Amino acid sequence: MLQLSIFLENAKGRLAEVISLLAECKVNLRALSLADTKDYGVLRIIVDNPEETAVKLRERKVVVSLTPVWVLKVPDRTGGLAEVLNQLVQQDVVVEYMYAFVEKANEQALVVLRVQDKAIMEKAMQTLNLPVK
Amino acid sequence: MDRTEEQWLEGLRKTVDKVLPIRHYQENYEAIGIKRAEDIKTFKDFQRLPLTTKEDLRKNYPFGLFAEPMENIVRLHASSGTTGKPTVVGYTRQDITLWAKIVANELKRVGVTKKDVVQIAYGYGLFTGGMGLHYGCEELGAVVVPISGGNTARQLMLMRDFGATVLACTPSYALYLAESLEESQISRDELKLKIGIFGAEPWTEGMREEIEARLGIKAFDIYGLSEIMGPGVALECPAHQGLHIDEHFYPEILDEEGNPLPDGERGELVITSIKKEGFPVLRYRTKDLTTLHYGACSCGHVGWSMDRVTARVDDMLIIRGVNVFPSQVEEAILLEGFEPHYLLVVYRVGNLDQLEVQVEVNEATFFDEVRELEGRQDRLKKRIGDALGISVRIRLVEPKSIPRSEGKAIRVIDKRNKEG
Repeated sequence: MLQLSIFLENAKGRLAEVISLLAECKVNLRALSLADTKDYGVLRIIVDNPEETAVKLRERKVVVSLTPVWVLKVPDRTGGLAEVLNQLVQQDVVVEYMYAFVEKANEQALVVLRVQDKAIMEKAMQTLNLPVK
Repeated sequence: MDRTEEQWLEGLRKTVDKVLPIRHYQENYEAIGIKRAEDIKTFKDFQRLPLTTKEDLRKNYPFGLFAEPMENIVRLHASSGTTGKPTVVGYTRQDITLWAKIVANELKRVGVTKKDVVQIAYGYGLFTGGMGLHYGCEELGAVVVPISGGNTARQLMLMRDFGATVLACTPSYALYLAESLEESQISRDELKLKIGIFGAEPWTEGMREEIEARLGIKAFDIYGLSEIMGPGVALECPAHQGLHIDEHFYPEILDEEGNPLPDGERGELVITSIKKEGFPVLRYRTKDLTTLHYGACSCGHVGWSMDRVTARVDDMLIIRGVNVFPSQVEEAILLEGFEPHYLLVVYRVGNLDQLEVQVEVNEATFFDEVRELEGRQDRLKKRIGDALGISVRIRLVEPKSIPRSEGKAIRVIDKRNKEG
């Protein structure tokens, strides 16, 4: 799956501006995470049509990139996420960052994973056959 | 034209003759025992003549250093005067003709002909840029489009519709036009542009490559300043062997104390005009830093050449005791693959000067991982730090957030004095 990554300058109201822009473009945000540094932030979002949304954002002068990520279903119980991660570690997968969200319809817990090496992750997924969204 | 020393001296004596009736020069020269032009027998004698500065022009505001009565003056130009009274210069009809011929000659050398359509996007008015190029192109017989600066969308439309083959403006405006072209409905293939004549502000080799690639043209550096004449004092040669100085100007390079430096050494450019009537100028300090070479070039030019001016004494920032030129930062930014739009902000924390370099992030330099972004930031920080010898703070900003310029770009904001 592709995640939208957006560069945001640390300026008052900038985040609200970009989120409003997404609303104008009729984009439904499924999941969101914000990494912040002193001067800027990187907004990461999961939407239904990432490519189309990227084009719209670029037209509006937003710096955006499409990043391949994995969205995994996680058993919604104690130790559920730990189980999944441990399996991935055994397959040599290195996680760069991760964030979680819940699907309302079926109360399903989901995690978005960005890994260091795409090929290793692909191989791991084949071996483990983990449930994805 | 190759001139002998005696021929150069003869020219210089004529300028001395011309300025001797002016009180400012008379008093200065009498103080060192020079009463007549004939007293200058050697270059050593000439080098004893006091330098002329922008301050001298201001003190004699507006017409005190003119060598002709006002009835013989047909045009005035003036510098912007942001730091005081403007400096005013006057031209006789003969001066205007000479200026046009000089510019026409130089344009011819880089391949501009009467068949070209020249879009002059320099400002027209008191600033010499627009009119200087204008008269030169007309003298050459080219089609002049005197559009002046600003209104970028219209610039691009007319560039296409009139089939402009040559663009003349500041390098920063050329870059802005290129950027606007990429976003416009006009494609580069619809344009006939092939040559750019860019000047009036210092720019780097990296900036030239950027402009040439984005506009698909050959870019040439034109040099001049109103106090000497205006654009056309020198123009880059097609072989890129420096900027060839026109034979109506005698250049010198001086060190910080005003001592002459040999060819090839970097210092401040000082110019004396030859044959100028209305406002002849003797040993004028340009505040531009460059080096000089004398010789014959493969393009056919014989005489003085100067390296491109990448720094002006006035642009120099002193940060923590270290001399910093914006062009050094520009070079590093381009080498690291960032956009050539930047701003230097100097401020003070406690008693310590800080330099913040703002650079725009683009799709090519943006990564979704903060670690990667910080890596790029660190590499740029290191490269600039190595070039300047001081550590700087890099701030990544959003695209188009640094103001674009339609004339001379603003590269520096110095907040130190305001904050006391």
